[in-house]
Amino acid sequence: MPRVVEARGIVKSYGRLRVLQGLDLTVQRAQVTAIIGPNASGKTTFNKILLGLVRPDGGEITIDGARINGSSAYRANIGYMPQAARFPENLCADDVFRMLADIRGVSADSAGGSTSGPAHGLTSGPAHGLTSGPASGLPSGLVHGLTTGPASGLTSAPAGRAGSRRSSERDEELIETLSLGPVLKTPIRLLSGGMRQRVNAALAFLFRPSLLLLDEPTAGLDPISSSTLKDKILRERAAGRTFILTSHVLSELEELADRITFLLDGVAHFSGTQDELKHQTNQPTLERAIAQLMRQRASLPAPEGAP
Amino acid sequence: MTATMILKIVRYVLLDVMRNRWVLGYAVFFFALTDVLLRLGGSGPRALLSLLNVVVLLIPLVTIVFGTIYWHGAREFNELLLSQPVERSTLFHGLFAGLVLPLSAAYMVGVSIPLALHQAIDRETAPLLGMMLVAGVALTAVFGALAVLIGGLVDDRLKGLGIALGVWVLLTVAYDGLVLWVAMAYQDYPIEGAMLALTFANPVDLARVLLIMRFDVSALMGYTGAVVQRLLGGSLGALAAAGGLMVWTIVPGLFALRAFRRRDF
Repeated sequence: MPRVVEARGIVKSYGRLRVLQGLDLTVQRAQVTAIIGPNASGKTTFNKILLGLVRPDGGEITIDGARINGSSAYRANIGYMPQAARFPENLCADDVFRMLADIRGVSADSAGGSTSGPAHGLTSGPAHGLTSGPASGLPSGLVHGLTTGPASGLTSAPAGRAGSRRSSERDEELIETLSLGPVLKTPIRLLSGGMRQRVNAALAFLFRPSLLLLDEPTAGLDPISSSTLKDKILRERAAGRTFILTSHVLSELEELADRITFLLDGVAHFSGTQDELKHQTNQPTLERAIAQLMRQRASLPAPEGAP
Repeated sequence: MTATMILKIVRYVLLDVMRNRWVLGYAVFFFALTDVLLRLGGSGPRALLSLLNVVVLLIPLVTIVFGTIYWHGAREFNELLLSQPVERSTLFHGLFAGLVLPLSAAYMVGVSIPLALHQAIDRETAPLLGMMLVAGVALTAVFGALAVLIGGLVDDRLKGLGIALGVWVLLTVAYDGLVLWVAMAYQDYPIEGAMLALTFANPVDLARVLLIMRFDVSALMGYTGAVVQRLLGGSLGALAAAGGLMVWTIVPGLFALRAFRRRDF
């Protein structure tokens, strides 16, 4: 399996507080890797280290074979949905979308024209939506990369990036399906928490990144938006995108996660598929397996996870 | 590439800052003050001379307070933009320009428009006004850099604000006292060199010297001004003072940039 993210021995302390203490983690292409663990176990810190927002004290991270070394270009292929969205006070969602499009060098004027396109396909049924959506823009290289394995480069994976630099570069499906249209011009500070979270979700997918970091994405979303987002995640995974997801919602993990990494005290205590987790802990359900995992750590230094 | 990126960032920072009433109020203040001084005093040079002390005290105060608050408020911007393919140094320069440009513009517009309205800009006033604008912008840059440094090093907003006010008091009010004390204590020794060094160690003094040498009012020059005048002479002194102000912007700015590169968001 091609590895998108490979982290080795990541160490990070905030003052006396040791958050990550030698974290090893690999993320494979076109999979959803869930990072679970109690509060303050270092999940968000790890996401921020991947983004370069936080500098690790030690360890090494490669994303698609290239080490993170302080340059910023690799972030063009990452979409980030932080836990609590924070936006500039006086800007509206449309300003933010425009600004980031401008900064990423993606044409900013496509906002009006292309919204109707992908959304249309979606409302008329998921099967339709998939073919008319991102999949149609997939370069043949992706299919190749998926079946044959070797890392062909993050940049070649996502749809449209190699192709035309036009509206196809922007994925505005979520703006439509999360009904953000009416509030695009409202200053973000006036939006409710849930609405802000929707803006946040739409933003993460907007530039068709090949790697998405979703930090408790459905927290604060109503059930409809939440399932819309989950559908989107599954569709985009099928289209070859890679996800790192942190969540406390077990049903969500059951539905989405290909692999699970259990983080505790800054170390990965388990990494593997859901079945491997159930098998290893001898429990029938994911919920019980995780509970068992949490109980175990009190008594013994848990074994390292699957190969 | 980087320059255009900085410009893009400045554009959106300005979009945010311009919706802030502080900057507008700042411009209105200078407008009203200049207008009143012109009505009372009449001629351009006299009004500008009265304005001088306000410029030298108020620009540092407003810039360092507003700048420290601004730098804390910019965290939202930082997290959002640093998750994008944006270099930290690029963002830093964009944010710094987004602080200094609106404040400078507000000051320049606020002072110039009343002078123009009263038709007070004649051959005598124009160079004085030019120097006032240069000195004001330089002070904005210096105290903007100090604000950015404080905002970057101190995470607590109130503590940062306290330190900012402390720095302002130190550089404007307390420093004069120190200089006088040194002058008194060592009056029997040749201390002109030391006094010159003390002047260059304070951006507010530098700006004052820069202005007063232009106005040619030696009575207002004070000890340090007289020393600079005598040791360096008119144009050389002005050049050195301008250079000193630049150093005062660049050095704190570089330290702030270093802190910005290293910090966790």
